[in-house]
Amino acid sequence: MTASLTLVILMAVLFGAGISVMLERSLTRVLIGFLLVGNAVNILIYLMSGAPGLAPILGEGVDEGEISDPLPQAFVLTAIVINLGITAFMLALIYRSWWLAKLGAKGDLVDDEAELAEDAEETADLIRSSAADDEAIQSLIEASDEEFDPLDEELEREASTRDTDDEGARR
Amino acid sequence: MTAVLVPLVVLLPLLGAATALILGRHRRAQMAVGIAVLAAVTVIAAVLLVAVDTTGPAVVYLGAWDAPWGITLVVDRLSAIMLVISAVMLLVVLVYSVGQGVADQHRETPVSIFHPSYLILSAGVFNAFIAGDLFNLYVGFEILLAASYVLLTLGGTGERIRSGVTYIITSLVSSLFFLSAIALIYGATGTANIAQLSVRLAELPQDVQLILHLLLLMAFGIKAAVFPLSFWLPDSYPTAPAPVTAVFAGLLTKVGVYAIIRTETVLFVESDVSTLLLVIGGLTMLIGILGALTQADIKRLLSFTLVSHIGYMIFGIGLSSVIGLTATIYYVVHHITVQTALFLTTGLIERFGGATSITRLAGLLKASPLLAVLFFIPAMNLGGIPPFSGFLGKAGLFLAGAQGTAADAPSGPDWLIWVVIAAGAATSLITLYALTRFWNMAFWRGREELEGYESVLLGSVLEAPEGATVTATRTTPVLMVVATASLVAVTVCLTVFAGPLFDLAGRAAEGLSDPSVYVSIVFPEGVR
Repeated sequence: MTASLTLVILMAVLFGAGISVMLERSLTRVLIGFLLVGNAVNILIYLMSGAPGLAPILGEGVDEGEISDPLPQAFVLTAIVINLGITAFMLALIYRSWWLAKLGAKGDLVDDEAELAEDAEETADLIRSSAADDEAIQSLIEASDEEFDPLDEELEREASTRDTDDEGARR
Repeated sequence: MTAVLVPLVVLLPLLGAATALILGRHRRAQMAVGIAVLAAVTVIAAVLLVAVDTTGPAVVYLGAWDAPWGITLVVDRLSAIMLVISAVMLLVVLVYSVGQGVADQHRETPVSIFHPSYLILSAGVFNAFIAGDLFNLYVGFEILLAASYVLLTLGGTGERIRSGVTYIITSLVSSLFFLSAIALIYGATGTANIAQLSVRLAELPQDVQLILHLLLLMAFGIKAAVFPLSFWLPDSYPTAPAPVTAVFAGLLTKVGVYAIIRTETVLFVESDVSTLLLVIGGLTMLIGILGALTQADIKRLLSFTLVSHIGYMIFGIGLSSVIGLTATIYYVVHHITVQTALFLTTGLIERFGGATSITRLAGLLKASPLLAVLFFIPAMNLGGIPPFSGFLGKAGLFLAGAQGTAADAPSGPDWLIWVVIAAGAATSLITLYALTRFWNMAFWRGREELEGYESVLLGSVLEAPEGATVTATRTTPVLMVVATASLVAVTVCLTVFAGPLFDLAGRAAEGLSDPSVYVSIVFPEGVR
């Protein structure tokens, strides 16, 4: 079986890059990694069709031995469609998890329930001021990775009291 | 005649899903569509089982493209058995979830997308069972996985998103493994038709076969939650709504087990990894059940027993004998129904008691004797108490193991088989212990003992990471109880009709014992 060396190298690079990105913590990077590896697998399937040939349409004067193998192309098309669907779902999931991380369950009140207008307004304020919280959230995330640090613990306590306040407000 | 029915088991749920999506605003119509479709599929599956058992396997060449060019659908006895039991289970769980949905208009379970996703999940499961083509099997897996992502993160609460992410990423990785395996197998043999692969893979060099074999097993192993690849399951299943957890626990892992059976019996006949399977089966049993021991939450406890009992099936497959496969097929059927029944009962306990942890539940026996019976029967069944089907399945597996040691060509060293049998017996006892402890704490002990109760038994038990925050409701919808009770009745029937069922499983295993049987189904005139 003959195969294009360029495609083999491209596949290897996509596999390597994809797997290393996939091992990161952030969900978005996992998605990017999945896309890269998914495309690497697609190229792998395509490579398995062997040497390229004529379009796989049998007609008069077309030699069966000279056409390319159409089946892997059908596989790749199916796999691309599946990947597209999964990617759309993953993006929704990432957006949702970002939303929850930023605002907690409270974020749901923003436009869903008009009768809780007061709450919604408060949440809207929270969104506006959430930029200031970014730093705090970031340091919390880092703190969970790193060693114990008393300052972080304070931050954490602050965050947890804020959470309980939120819950109280909801009730 | 029967061939016409085969594509319907996939088509009907897909059409039903589309209809249910269009009817998004009419909940009653959605429910009617879902139940009607699954009831129809149950009937079709039963007809197929009878037809396949009496007149031989059914094959459909889609679009009249002959194999190996077109997509082939094959229903032999194993496929038919799996179709029937999964259709029955899906129908019962749907009735249960309808009962639950009617009872509470909960924001966390938006029903309008539940029914379409559920039907698509069913279509994917059925498609995987009748696929006669490796790529079609992959598509079946993807259909059911995509639907399962939606069902697991239903409502999008923080907890479900967190556990859903683990599940989704693990599944994505396993799909990538599967797809790569298909690509390499196609590259090595030039076909994806399972029957043709059975012939062509056997002609490859041993080392190439082994690599392809292990790659495929790894993909299926993640789906079936076999020991080193099972870490994701207990974290992701328990947070979903009760009916969803019941379906996932009962069915999705078994689709992986089904794929492993096909891999071992049809695809890779010349490449023997049965010793590896025996070792993995034993480890899955023991490590899974040891995890269950330390759980206070019944949902997490059941998730760990689920992992552990997959080990029995892998053990049966690893024996690679007709009697081993017979016992495995019976065990799969038993486990689908019992595990689902237990998760449905857990849903009832959650509603009734307001919690699922033994540190917060007490006095349920007095409060609801019916619930106690509904939990007790499948719990004892799973623990392997005679005369229930759990005992019969395990006894069958141990018998097959003992006969395997006496066989001329044992599938592994004698001592290994005896060790795994011992591990299986121990696992059965520990399962019984874990479930009895839950029974004693939640049902038997009085309500007044709940406060300030200390026990050495509880010393090793960890509280669930997220405590359940369900409010107890005194009214349990009749439909939910009826659905659970009927599934418990099915588990009892597995005992009552164990003889005919074992015969049927035996005939199914007979058909798997020789791969040329499967090949001659698809290619009556032979193939190369």
